[in-house]
Amino acid sequence: MATSAPSPTLSDNGAVVERHWQELNLRRRTYTFIGLALLAMALSGSLWFANETNAGKFFDRLLYFFDFVGDLVPRDGAEIARAMFDLASPYDDGSLKYNYPEGRMYLTDAIYVPEYFYRMLETLNIAIFSTIFGMFFGFILCFLAARNLMPNPWVRGFVRRLMEILRAFPEVVIAGFFLAILSLGPIPAMIAVSIHTVGALGKLFFEVVENADMRPDEGLRATGGNWIERVWFGMVPQVLPNFMSYALLRLEINVRASTIIGAVGGGGIGEPLRLSIGQGHEAKTLAIIILLFSTIIAVDQFSAWLRRRLVGDQAFQLAQ
Amino acid sequence: MTVNTMMNAAEMEAIAARHPHLIYGSSRKRIRSALIFAGIALYMIYSWWFFSIGQVLTNANWGIAGTYLADWVSYEVRPDIKIAADGAMQVVYPRFSPLGPDAKPEWVKIETRMVERAFDAPAATQQALPTKSSTFSFMAPKSAVGSSARAEVKPEIRSEEVVSRATISFNSATSVDVVDRTVTATHNGETLLIDLDPGRGVQPKGELPDWATQKRPGEKITLAFGMTGWADVDVEKVSIHNRFPGWANFIFDTNSPFFNKSFGEVAGLIFAGERLDPARSNLSLAWNNILYNAEWQHLDVWTKLLQTIVMAFVGTLFASIVAFPLCFLAARNITRNGVLNQVTKRFFDFLRSVDMLIWALFFTRAFGPGPLAGMSAIFFTDTGTLGKLYSEALENIDDKQREGVKSVGAAPLAVQRFGVLPQVLPVFASQALYFWESNTRSATIIGAVGAGGIGLKLWEAMRTNSDWENVCYMVILILVVVFIFDSVSNLLRSRLMGQKTH
Repeated sequence: MATSAPSPTLSDNGAVVERHWQELNLRRRTYTFIGLALLAMALSGSLWFANETNAGKFFDRLLYFFDFVGDLVPRDGAEIARAMFDLASPYDDGSLKYNYPEGRMYLTDAIYVPEYFYRMLETLNIAIFSTIFGMFFGFILCFLAARNLMPNPWVRGFVRRLMEILRAFPEVVIAGFFLAILSLGPIPAMIAVSIHTVGALGKLFFEVVENADMRPDEGLRATGGNWIERVWFGMVPQVLPNFMSYALLRLEINVRASTIIGAVGGGGIGEPLRLSIGQGHEAKTLAIIILLFSTIIAVDQFSAWLRRRLVGDQAFQLAQ
Repeated sequence: MTVNTMMNAAEMEAIAARHPHLIYGSSRKRIRSALIFAGIALYMIYSWWFFSIGQVLTNANWGIAGTYLADWVSYEVRPDIKIAADGAMQVVYPRFSPLGPDAKPEWVKIETRMVERAFDAPAATQQALPTKSSTFSFMAPKSAVGSSARAEVKPEIRSEEVVSRATISFNSATSVDVVDRTVTATHNGETLLIDLDPGRGVQPKGELPDWATQKRPGEKITLAFGMTGWADVDVEKVSIHNRFPGWANFIFDTNSPFFNKSFGEVAGLIFAGERLDPARSNLSLAWNNILYNAEWQHLDVWTKLLQTIVMAFVGTLFASIVAFPLCFLAARNITRNGVLNQVTKRFFDFLRSVDMLIWALFFTRAFGPGPLAGMSAIFFTDTGTLGKLYSEALENIDDKQREGVKSVGAAPLAVQRFGVLPQVLPVFASQALYFWESNTRSATIIGAVGAGGIGLKLWEAMRTNSDWENVCYMVILILVVVFIFDSVSNLLRSRLMGQKTH
């Protein structure tokens, strides 16, 4: 790093090299500077715009920033457990805030499932169902979109565009549309998450297929296998572990997505969460958050463990 | 050199018998995959039952789905032909008709005549009053509120121009003609005559064709003409729903002075016409009318869309700025302190697992609805995600460069700057770009819970079940933005990472 030591006089060639290097350096610095300046401008513009169009101004509201912590302190610690397991509360005054036992889902006369556990199960089921659904159709579509298996550019292009649209189409809109047709319930959320998953998994799947080893395929072609046989015997065995790993990653994302979709009108845990935060029911909010938080961690851990078993460490890359 | 490797069938069978494990695979493996498939199938059946999917799908109102979908790209004009007790007719358009207040469309042909009408029944007047004052009456602008109010006191005979015949042509093959309490509907060569008898109700003459339905004799008849529209025929009212492709009044709404003018006329007005509003030029008036178009709310939609973009941009940028120093603490090969590593990593996990939705709901409480809430939600979640990814990238670096820099006696900070950073910076930037792009998508969703952006607007437009064309407009805008960001981010990432695009 110490370059300040006086150097011997450079030959002409050396001087040219040095000058060239300095020019490059200068140009790089200029670009970096311009890039950073542009970024800073965009950032300050964005911040100003966001602050202007927000309901409360940032600096005015900053004092209330930790208000939400206050929303999370219940009257006593046991309230959280009562809210979570639908036990009667000693503070019950008939209001929605303490009516925990009303949510019980009775299986028999004596055994019930606490409401939030049931809702969490619903959310989890939405996520699993849509992941399987998405995996099934993504699996079918991906072979039609891979360059090495589908020589026809029209089919390939069509399937790829289709998957792009499925992926980019806002889930809220699909959920809202089916909400209008199917009325309230978790199915609109399932459809929305499934459709998005088909697109997202399809894209990841066909990239896996394009990177696959083509020698099994060549062998099958040499022995006269048709397209389906080539895919089924030559391609599927080598890509299946990767497919499973991506599907598991998708499952993690879908658990989160189905919570959010649930909050805007689909079924599941999202809806009671939004309501209880909005109405300031501390114990209920905290119970749901703990439940959601532990479910998400459990799903993440399970999926990470299974992926490591399926494909080893290489599965831990980005995916959407 | 050529060895014949071809085997006959007997040889092949012999080899298969000698090495069965090569041909058939282990039975455990086969059973396991069969079990997995059976498990998945069972799970799907269980879900079918759990969500009672079959029941919901059969109970769904699929008929309305078609109408909603058609609403995305087309609009209806709904004139009502009202038939009074004395047989006088009137063509009335609803208040917010896409044709504007003075509509005289070519596909509605009317014949009028003057009649003497008695306004002596107070009950009938009262019934007719609210509709008359709230809707634009087509041919009788004189029937104002005041005159009717007087009518309650004293019966009055007035001479009035009323519609004697109304012909609505949907297209060349479809039309509805109303004259003298008789409706003649023609569709694809079939003609249906319907008598509107105040005593006996709606009476079709002859068999009803496929496109006409009547639930009970005497009740209204619904005529379904497919994509071109439909009509309800009742004794007192024939409601026409004529569907046109496209978006109505996308540029100027019906209140704008530029409404219903051709492109040439508008251009002429803008560049050469007299000032419509003395206070400002026609150009600024036109621009203002476009921005504040009551039906499409262009300015609001664009603002909300920009909010969504800004939320994703700022949220991701801040997240990567904060995650950057923290990830050095979390990487166990950089900071050799197990406790610190674990604390930082668990902190990232916490931020990630609390979920964007929960953060969004909290920050909506803190900052009020708007982009600040969504921005902070994205910032919190992504600090966790990016921190985790960054620290993983750091843990996978090549140690040789670091050792090289260290061996010449560099200070610890210089080791990181010259030994570590050049390796990971492209990865960091690429991952930040990737999340920027994917957050643009998720920002739409969290907007719907109040965290700013176009999500809420979308949700509100869908809630009414009648603004599907606005939904379509916003979806197209979102898709365009997502595609642009997708390609920009892909381009930048492939430049950062060399040729390998992902």
